[in-house]
Order: sequence, then C-alpha cells, then structure tokens
Amino acid sequence: MTRSASITSRPGAGDSTQDARGPAVRVVDLTKDFPGGVRALGGVTFDVPRGELTCIIGPSGCGKTTTLKIIAGLVEATSGRVEVDGTPVTGPGPDRAFVFQDFALMPWATVLRNVAFGLELRGVPRREREETAREYVEKVGLTGFEDAYPHQLSGGMRQRVGLARALAVDAEILLMDEPFASVDEQIRRKFQEDLLRLLSHEEKTVIFVTHSIEEAVYVSDQVVILTRGPGRVSKAVRPGVDRSGDSDSIRRSEAYLDWVERIWGELQGYLEK
Amino acid sequence: MEAGSAVGSVRIRAGRAAAGLTSPWVLKSASILFVLGLWQWAGTVPVSIAFPSCTETLAALWDMLVDGTLASAYAETAGPLIVGILLTGVGGVLAGLVMGLSRRAEWLGLPLFIVLQASPSAAIVPLITFIYGIGFTAKVFAVVLLSAPVIVLNSYRGIANTPRSLLEMSSAFLASRWQRIWKVVIPAGSGLIFAGLRLGVAQGFTGAILAELIITPTGVGDLITYYRSVADYPAMFASILSIIVVASVSVTLLQRAEQRLFRPEMRAL
Amino acid sequence: MAFSLLVWFALWEVVGRLDLVSLLPPFTDVLAALVEVVPSPTFVDAAWITLQAFVIGMGLSFAVGIGVGILMGTSRAVGSVMGMWVNIFESSPLTAVVPALMALLGFGLPTMIVTVFLFSVWVIALDTQVGVERVNPSLVEMGRSFGATKRVLYSRIILLAALPELLAGIRLGLIRGLKGVVIGQLLIAVVGVGYLFELYSRSFLMPEFWALLIVLFGFAFLAAEVVAYFERKVSFYASSR
Repeated sequence: MTRSASITSRPGAGDSTQDARGPAVRVVDLTKDFPGGVRALGGVTFDVPRGELTCIIGPSGCGKTTTLKIIAGLVEATSGRVEVDGTPVTGPGPDRAFVFQDFALMPWATVLRNVAFGLELRGVPRREREETAREYVEKVGLTGFEDAYPHQLSGGMRQRVGLARALAVDAEILLMDEPFASVDEQIRRKFQEDLLRLLSHEEKTVIFVTHSIEEAVYVSDQVVILTRGPGRVSKAVRPGVDRSGDSDSIRRSEAYLDWVERIWGELQGYLEK
Repeated sequence: MEAGSAVGSVRIRAGRAAAGLTSPWVLKSASILFVLGLWQWAGTVPVSIAFPSCTETLAALWDMLVDGTLASAYAETAGPLIVGILLTGVGGVLAGLVMGLSRRAEWLGLPLFIVLQASPSAAIVPLITFIYGIGFTAKVFAVVLLSAPVIVLNSYRGIANTPRSLLEMSSAFLASRWQRIWKVVIPAGSGLIFAGLRLGVAQGFTGAILAELIITPTGVGDLITYYRSVADYPAMFASILSIIVVASVSVTLLQRAEQRLFRPEMRAL
Repeated sequence: MAFSLLVWFALWEVVGRLDLVSLLPPFTDVLAALVEVVPSPTFVDAAWITLQAFVIGMGLSFAVGIGVGILMGTSRAVGSVMGMWVNIFESSPLTAVVPALMALLGFGLPTMIVTVFLFSVWVIALDTQVGVERVNPSLVEMGRSFGATKRVLYSRIILLAALPELLAGIRLGLIRGLKGVVIGQLLIAVVGVGYLFELYSRSFLMPEFWALLIVLFGFAFLAAEVVAYFERKVSFYASSR
C-alpha cells in the first residue's frame, strides 16, 4: 500500500478537510467521573476524520479506554458530548463495532458462532450469517478453525476472532481497545501489518487505543495524545509515515523514529509531573 | 491441580517407586483392598458384636440382591427421591434464575435461602407428618427441603456472576434484554447451575433416607431400621453399604458429566 | 439486604395470627417462647450435651481433616487415593450410617461425636487440600532457599498461605457438623436438642419448637460468621499469592 506524507490513499478517505460530511466522530469536552470521586476525564476534545485510523495514546490511567467506551456507547459521560455523523451518541449502535482487549469471546461457542454473534443478535438467518462469518474467518486468517472452541486457541487467534466478529457486522466505525496488548511481541508486529492490509480493503473509520508509541506511529493517520488522569488532549498529531517500503525498513526509517521520539518526549513531560 | 504441587518437593525424595507401581489405578485399588481387609479383620476380632465382618456383610448383600429385597426397597426409595429432585431441579433453578436477574427478588430471597442452607433444617423433617402425613408427599417434602437451598443458591451465583466483559460485549453488539439473558447469562451460568444440581442430588439422598428413618419406615431406610431391630447386623450393614455406594456412584456420574460438559468451556475468556 | 428477613418475619407473624398453617404460630409467640425456653433447665441440659458433642467432634474434624488435607495436597499419590475416599463420603448420605453407630456405640455422647466428625471432616480435608495445592511454589522455594526446616515450612509458610481455603473449609465444616449433631440426636431421640425437638413436635408445642430451631440456627450462623470474619481478614492476600 503506497502512502506519502500526509495524504491517505485508503478508499473512501479523502483529505478530511475536503470531506463534506465532516469528521466521522466528534468528541467535545468529554468528562467522566467515577463513583468515589475519581475524575477519569477532564475535558477531552478531538475529531476523528472519516476513513482514517486514529490512535488514542497516553499513560496508564489517562482514560483512553474510558473515552473509547464512551464513543462506543457502553459508558455514559458525565458531561460533554460525542457525535457520530453529526448525531449524538446515546448508546451502542449498528454504526460502531468494538474489539475488546480481553477478547470477550463466549467460551461455550465455536469460533464460527462467536464471529457470527453480532449478526445473530440482529436476527440474520443462520445460513446467511454463517456464510458471512466464514468470509471474515478467512480474512483474519483462521480458516480451518471455524469449529474450534476459544479455549483451544492461542491469545493471538482469539483476538483475531474478536476482530472478525467486529468486522462481520459491517459497521462504519471500528473501535479497538488495546487489541494487541495480550499478544506476543513478535506476533504483535505482524498483526499491525495484517490490520493495515485488512483495512485497506474496507472503508472504515478506526479508533484504536494503545499504550505503545511504536504501534501508534506505525498504524495511524492521526495520534491523539492524552495527559494522565484526569485525561485531557495534550496534542493531536499526524505522523504520516511513508509506508511504501517493507515493514522493517519503515520501522527503521528516520521519519518513523523521529515521530516515536517526539511523542515519547510529549508523554515524558506528563510522567514527570 | 493434576500437575502436582511443588509443596511435594518438601517431602523426602528417598525411595521413589517405579512409575508403574504408583499409578493412580493401582494405588486406589490397593487402598480399597486395604480397607476391605481392615474391615474383615475388625469384624472377625470382633470389635463389637454389632460389627459384622466384610465377608458377612457382602454375603448378606448378595442375598438381598438375589431375593429381591434390595430391588423393592430401592424402588420405594427412588420414587420420592426422583420426584423431589425433579421438583427442586426445575423450581430451584428457576428461583435462582429469577433471583440472579432481579434485584428485588435477590433482596427478598437471598437471605432466606442462606439461612435455610445454614440451618439444621433436618429438624423440620419430623414435623412434616403433621401436614403431609406419612405418605409419598411427606417424603418428597423432605427431599425438597434438604436439596432446595443448595440448588437455588448455586443457580443464583451462576446467573448473578456473569463475567462483565461478556455482558459488555453483548451490549456492544446490540443484544436485547432477553437475548442477553438467553444467549449469554444462562450459558455462562450453566456450569454452576449444574454443580448445584449435583450437590442437590447428594442432599436429596440424605433427605430421602432421613424421611425413611424418622417419618415412615419404607424403602432402604426401613431395611436399616428393621435389620437393626432384629439384630441382623450383616444385613443392616449391607443396606447401609448399598445406599452409600448408590449415592456415591450417582453423584460421581453427575460429576463426570459435569466435567465433560462444562470444564473446558468454563474458563472465562 | 438482610432486612428482607424482617419482611419474612412479618409474613410469618401474619400467617401465624391468621392461623393459616397449624405448624406456624405467630412469630411473636416464637420470640416469647425463645425468652422462656433458653434459660430453662431442660434447654440448658440439652444445649450442654449438644455443645459437648459438637465441640469434641469438630475438634477431631479439624485435627484429622486438616492433617489429611495437608497430606493430600502435598503428595500427588496420597491426594489421588485419599481423594477418592473423601469424595465418596463427602457426597454420601451419612445419615444412613448413624443407625449403625447407634448399634455400635450406644445412644450417648460417643455416637454424637462420631456423627459430627463424619459429617464435617470431608469438606475440611478437601478444602485444605485445595489450599495447600494452591500454595505458590515460589513461596516454598523461597523458604527452602533460606534454610527453613520442614516444620517451619509447614507452619509458617504453607499453612498461612493456605489459610483462606482452610478457613472456608472450616466454616462449611461447622455448618455440617451442626447438621450432624442435630440429625444424630433426632435419630437417637432421647438426648440433647434432638430429644427436645421430638418432645415439642409430639406435644405440638410449636412456639417452643421454632424457638429451638432459631437458637440452633443462630449458633450455626454466629460460628460461621466468626470464621468468615477471619476469612475476610486473611483474604487480602488471597489474590496475590
């Protein structure tokens, strides 16, 4: 996939300023208080351009997962608002699909049933949803494991099931909560590449939470950096790494390493405070 | 658990026997033979007039098997036991389900069942005759009384403790309330529900026997009481042995079934 | 949440007043009987003998149960062989054994003690086994690396590390032991609280009957709560072992 500095070439993704429909997701002044007086978010504001991959990164406890879950509609904000396609979010919806950090697979169901679960809940007839599920099982590279149970799979495979499940419902917006955190380092890099390859064929807006700077710089079009709790947006940057080469040379390229340094510096400032 | 504990390394390692001799099957069979041998010795000493030897007991058991006394006794005991278990199985699981799903039902029911579980409710068994006489219903009531709390409490725990991440996932994928209950909560809780049923069956046996010993002399309980009254100790011990074996085998079968149906899947993922 | 019990007591009162169920007198009558019965000599005698049987039986249970449990948890061979026996008896209706005990040991304290023991020892052994098996091997290795003798290893490290499960087993054992002493006495029928239950139900003294049941339940509950208290105190390290 060829990319240059800041123009994305993902299908459907235009330069965000030219897209008349506006950003896919708009987060405005989000705050979240938890019982016990803990303020997780102290006013988070950022835009998620349509068709792009936006990463939310920050130190532990800065509220990145909370922000993601508020966008997903799984958690209610204390104040502020989230708009998806201009409509305020009031709960989960068919326009957003979630990939969980701990996989959240049903241990009693096969891979195929897990992947088809979103469709099952929508009442899609069995034959149709199994067909769709098989497609996505193939896309994530788990062909042959349709009838396996989650306990028979490795962590990486389980996460792919979660990803397939989220893709199968064909939502415009994909929300991923540290999807590769529970996966081995070697596999993690491969997953990042696989994810980009997968997304290059789909027209999706992706919001991705991670605490790995390398990951953020490698996969994203935009990186939103949150400060430590109560979280606020410290900066939103666009690394625009050139992905025309092979992955190894990209990860050694100056631009890539520069960006990692820059973001690291940004975060360090907050760690010391 | 099967991997053996490192605590075992504390023991002196001298004399590690050959692997074949210490295989579980061999050891268990050896222990059975040992216990039977001990019993035989105690019976022939004899430890007490009322303590028959192993061979005498087994002979009596054989006789009772052959002449049908065991069969008819079990037929009598089985009736109330099965009916009682079915009642508590269905009713108890439903009650646990409702308590797990509804805050109000939980508030109302949980303390009640916790109290019932901890009390020596066996004391109520003699009272049963006042309402239900000494017939079939009384015995069913005894079975229900003893087995209900554990079934209800386990079902409740299974339903009320659905892993949060699964609930969140079903919410994210737009499950309706009923879909969530039917497709996620109940399957997730089915392991504990089944465990409760297994424990309930064990308690049910106790209830059935207690009823037969106290309320109404029928079935296996009657065998025990009768043979004691005529001082036929081998036959009495044989009856006791038979019910212990039957109960253990039933519960062990349920345990095997439980492990096969639920174990690998019950690890929360 | 326990306040819902008040609702049940209120319901009991209503049912009693309306005489809906002959077995259930108004709750207030039960409370009155409670106040009368407890200080009475018949009750004190019965309670005393019951308590003796219970305490001695439970003491034996603790000693044997914990000892066997440790053995079972330490050695895989012992664990699997003893495990078979313990599981067989744990799920059996040991009530059936009581008549045999009566034939062998008579109608007095020995039978009751053995009944309490037989009802409670299995769950204590099983839970102790689980606790010992779960002890983090690193803890044991740490102890050995500091030259701890076996005795120290067991008392200072293993027993303490297994304490949460051990206490859970003891709590369950106490409840079962109480059920055992009551069942034993119901069958023997001429001693202790079993005799009293028999007496009250025969003479249809319902308020007294329920008062006695409440006293016993209260005792079981109190004992279990005391152990649960210690369980909670100890559970803070349960998850980080």
